[in-house]
Amino acid sequence: MSPEEDTDTTVEPAPAAPAPAQEPERSGLPSWAIQGLVSLSAIVLALVVGAILIIVTDDQVKAAAGYFGAAPMDTFSAAASAVGDAYKALAVGALGGITPISESLTQATPLICGGLAVSLAFRTGLFNIGAQGQLIAGAILASYVGFAWHLPAGLHLIVAILAGLLGGALWGGVVGLLKARTGAHEVIVTIMLNYVAIYLLAWLLTTSTFRRPGRTDPISPIVDGNAQYPQFGGTRLHAGFILALLAAVFVWWLLNRSTVGFELRAVGANADASRTAGMSVGRAYIIAMVVAGALAGLAGTQQVLGTDLPLTDGVAASVGFDAITVALLGRGTPLGTVLAGLLFGALNAGGLQMQLITQTPLTLTTVLQAVIVLFVAAPALVRSIFRFLPKERGIGAVLAKGWNG
Amino acid sequence: MTETTPDAVPAAPAKPQVIEGPAERTRRLRVGTLMLVFALIGLFLAIFTKSGKATFQLVSGDLQNNLLHLPAQAVGLLLGIIGVGAAAAYIVRRVPQRYAGWLAAVLGICFIGAFLCWASAGKVFPLANQFQGTLNFATPLILGALAGVLSERAGVINIAIEGQFLVGAFTAAVVSSTTGSAAAALIAAAATGVLMAALLAVFSIKYLVNQVVLGVVLVVFATGITGFLFDEFLQPNADKLNTPDVLSAVKIPGLASIPFFGPILFNQTILVYLTYLAVAVVTFVLFQTRWGLRIRAVGEHPKAADTVGIKVKRIRYSAVLAAGILAGLGGAFFTVGYAGSFSKEMTAGNGFIALAALIMGRWHPIGATVAALFFGFATQLQSQLQIIQTPIPGELLLMAPYLATIIAVAGLVGRVRAPKADGEPYVTE
Repeated sequence: MSPEEDTDTTVEPAPAAPAPAQEPERSGLPSWAIQGLVSLSAIVLALVVGAILIIVTDDQVKAAAGYFGAAPMDTFSAAASAVGDAYKALAVGALGGITPISESLTQATPLICGGLAVSLAFRTGLFNIGAQGQLIAGAILASYVGFAWHLPAGLHLIVAILAGLLGGALWGGVVGLLKARTGAHEVIVTIMLNYVAIYLLAWLLTTSTFRRPGRTDPISPIVDGNAQYPQFGGTRLHAGFILALLAAVFVWWLLNRSTVGFELRAVGANADASRTAGMSVGRAYIIAMVVAGALAGLAGTQQVLGTDLPLTDGVAASVGFDAITVALLGRGTPLGTVLAGLLFGALNAGGLQMQLITQTPLTLTTVLQAVIVLFVAAPALVRSIFRFLPKERGIGAVLAKGWNG
Repeated sequence: MTETTPDAVPAAPAKPQVIEGPAERTRRLRVGTLMLVFALIGLFLAIFTKSGKATFQLVSGDLQNNLLHLPAQAVGLLLGIIGVGAAAAYIVRRVPQRYAGWLAAVLGICFIGAFLCWASAGKVFPLANQFQGTLNFATPLILGALAGVLSERAGVINIAIEGQFLVGAFTAAVVSSTTGSAAAALIAAAATGVLMAALLAVFSIKYLVNQVVLGVVLVVFATGITGFLFDEFLQPNADKLNTPDVLSAVKIPGLASIPFFGPILFNQTILVYLTYLAVAVVTFVLFQTRWGLRIRAVGEHPKAADTVGIKVKRIRYSAVLAAGILAGLGGAFFTVGYAGSFSKEMTAGNGFIALAALIMGRWHPIGATVAALFFGFATQLQSQLQIIQTPIPGELLLMAPYLATIIAVAGLVGRVRAPKADGEPYVTE
């Protein structure tokens, strides 16, 4: 007797039918493949949006459009060449050889660590806008240890990295502690702490402890050679990239293989249920923010001990904010965050080349990044454009909830 | 019942002795201790105030007349003692719970007063400039926070205020430069604010995108698109496209001649007057009109609202789009209202401060306005103190408003409660 026949005879079991039956048109694809397809489609759509922006702002296209009636094909060919040149420069600048690839990986390094900091907090139900402040706090301590202390090779780098982790962990931990003890909303506290970190850095760089002797601009001494990440060949890429990948493995282990990680995910999925089950929600918040802060602090060490060397007021650049988009694109998973970080790193590196060669502003890559994440966040919209895509859960479902979440 | 605002929940019974639970007791003691610490710092500053007079300049730019001379230490001590008294009264519960907020306000004013006496002993403090600057910094924050109130009361989280500011500022600059018309600039800024709001509305209401995620993405998008257009068009054609006229101040006869506050409040640009109006209108609309009641209903309990026939999605669209007008105008303030030409990322995180003001003000238009004024006051105070040269480095003073917010959110406001359905898309089954 099959279940279908069963429902006809008995009334009770029918409503208790297994929930998956409600999920429409399940395809045979595993969910990661669907997510990959949606992400790819989002990238394609973003490139289309970018192409439109390039076309409407290109001078030759405008000139050709002036006599559109006489020779319409001129407009199209001008448009095609404008878009083709820009995207070719972008691709070559990101992937065309050892130097571009190493540059892309260098750009991706802090994005991966920052993205992990945001992702980990997301999974615990916290929206960590504070990667920027945590990164700055880590960078301040790491660079101080780097230029003010003088330790033997090997040890110095390790101590400097630990100092960076500590700085970030403190800056993030405060957020978790306040959330756990007083209920202060983490979005406000992280935004405020970002500004506090920015002004703290600006002030420190005016003090004699941090300012490089003989300079009046806000720049610190260069960190000791012993405290620098080893470089790869003659490129700017440094061992911080390996650490970023190891950090991703660590976060994966923490979230998916450890008891603590299980509690974090449980609290992220449903704080009330976790509390009922005997977990300490406050402890989960504190742990998540300490680890997230340390990850962002690691990104800070990569900036001051690897990419930049002196500490400046621009150390965080836009990494803190880009980290949020990276985490969103990575859907809160470590592997996704690494891939998203690599993509955004490549876009940043390629964007610089594109600006140099075709004078297309670097800000185009910012638009591309935003549009990619926007489409990824709205799979329903992407599906309405690309009909062949199967259904999946939107990233919103697994990520941060609203204020009351 | 329907008119009960979410803020008015703990309406304490009037006369019987209210029994205090352990959680409330802890909170009272914690807040009280914090207040006492501040009061004692104020008193401490007063004790170490240099003898001599603190001079407060009451009319901007006038260094001869209209000066208020106060004996710095005596006034500081007086304020310090009042502050300690207010904190102590709070701790020993000598004042009914509902007036406790006033005690905090008294303490705050005493603390700031004592601080000012300490900082300006033997110097001239430009008090008129202080309030003028407060209003300047606060105007966009108020508009942004009001935009947040409207959309979040309807249940749509708006983190994208920063993005709406940016497009508003950009459009106002371009339209003012090309048309030379202030009205056109403001209308255009409001229109692009609505455009951004429409993106927020469609993606959150129709495509059910997580609203926190969406807000962040929209900020990045606005940063990118205004930056791109700035690089492509405004930068090369700055003289034609990026030379907006700054709005001129309009004096309101009568009101402007009120001593001290008159010239500060009523000799302002049209945008500032629109801000006053917006505070009143949003408060009135939200709590006195049918539309406002519906907004609050769909933000608290959309299903119940739907059951009685309210079109949940339509109300949400209308609230979010109306909020876009306010945020767009707030953006316009950065260019045509204050600075003139547009520059990349010129809103410098003010949208996020507006968001903080909204939350500190507990999703209430008046509360949000007060919080925005507080931010404006603190920001202006640090630039004033740099001018009269206090021993505190300017960068550390710049931190003060942000630290104060953290203290307020952690210590005084505590667990703020957002509209219940804020951030939850409404899906009919």
